[in-house]
Amino acid sequence: MPEPDDQMLTETGLAPEAPGRAGARGQVLLLACGALAHEILALKRANGWTHLDLMCLPAKLHLWPDRIPAAVEAAVAEHRGAYETIFVVYADCGTGGLLQAKCAELGVEMVEGPHCYSFFEGNAVFAERAEDEFDAFYLTDFLVRQFDAFVWKPMGLGRHPELRDMLFGNYSKLVYQAQTEDPALEAKARDCAARLGLAYERRFTGYGDLASALARV
Amino acid sequence: MADEEDIILSELSDDELVLQMHDDLYDGLKEEIEEAVNILLGRGWAPYDVLTKALVAGMTIVGYDFRDGILFVPEVLLAANAMKAGMAILKPLLAETGAPRMGKMVIGTVKGDIHDIGKNLVSMMMEGAGFEVVDLGINNAVEKYLDALEAEKPDILGMSALLTTTMPYMKVVIDTLKEKGMRDDYVVLVGGAPLNEEFGKAIGADAYCRDAAVAVETAKQFMSRKHNQTA
Repeated sequence: MPEPDDQMLTETGLAPEAPGRAGARGQVLLLACGALAHEILALKRANGWTHLDLMCLPAKLHLWPDRIPAAVEAAVAEHRGAYETIFVVYADCGTGGLLQAKCAELGVEMVEGPHCYSFFEGNAVFAERAEDEFDAFYLTDFLVRQFDAFVWKPMGLGRHPELRDMLFGNYSKLVYQAQTEDPALEAKARDCAARLGLAYERRFTGYGDLASALARV
Repeated sequence: MADEEDIILSELSDDELVLQMHDDLYDGLKEEIEEAVNILLGRGWAPYDVLTKALVAGMTIVGYDFRDGILFVPEVLLAANAMKAGMAILKPLLAETGAPRMGKMVIGTVKGDIHDIGKNLVSMMMEGAGFEVVDLGINNAVEKYLDALEAEKPDILGMSALLTTTMPYMKVVIDTLKEKGMRDDYVVLVGGAPLNEEFGKAIGADAYCRDAAVAVETAKQFMSRKHNQTA
């Protein structure tokens, strides 16, 4: 499958790769956040996981986390007849346990952890660090590429730069959790930190707990 | 727009000016709010009336539209800045003129959490509703809450968290209050984006407040129950 477009992943999501072949090859549907599509496809390619089909909900749901459980429920209802298993590739993502409860109600499993920043770094390591790093603002590869769509525009910083300190004044640094080695992304991440007035740190995480979670599906 | 630019605040009647202030708050126009507050005071309005009828009423509309997804965080922050500017003029006058006092609240974001936008809005709206607010800021350990409760003797403790990972700390604070036999001395209100009513109940809070307007209404209800009990 060709790499999906970030704008599409943000706004509309991604339809299942091969719904017509679901019964034969795609026994498992990965119902994922659009922000994870590139990483999941890379893991699929690297591991030859042809039994996994990917569909994504729009990544912009993260701007309204309370809408995520209902969106997951609707997608599970729509696709569960065509797949043997559906695995939800979301962490809690600000739903305060409601997504976990919804998945339990639907009888589907999901990725462990509070959010993707945590499982990319590894939930155990992230939890250990959290005590000393609660003033860090995290970006992943996807969020660096989509910084304007997820941070700059929704926070109104283009129109109202005076809001920057109200919104980010309590943060001390931006941590770029790199899933891939990409000098262009690193330069962009550094620029994001400068625009927010934050110190910059790059941390290569690779795919972290996402890889082991998908390997178990 | 030309029509809006042509509005001269001092030429509006009181009723028109109050409605215009609601619009200007909605649009986050700080200087216009300051000007209008001074006009109403100059016309002999009581500071408390300016606060409640113009600022709090206007900000309540902003809160409703934020709740309904019509306004977003930046617009709410701009409106809050405008309201804060108006309140800065009124605060010293309110103290002088003996505005009604609803109660006292200690509020803070819990340990490990630096997010304070929602908490600041609650503080501002509580002040607007006549509560004295002691704001402990961000990243508060249980000891800091306890010290403030003992020093300030508030009616209400408010705790805020934005993160799934930090919201369980509210239970640490409530459990500590229970251990020390202090839990029933305070109304405990909790809020923050990932929270919900079930969570509030599970940790032993008195109420979960989904936004600043609900926090104010809930606090008022608890205060009125308290007054009824002690009357």
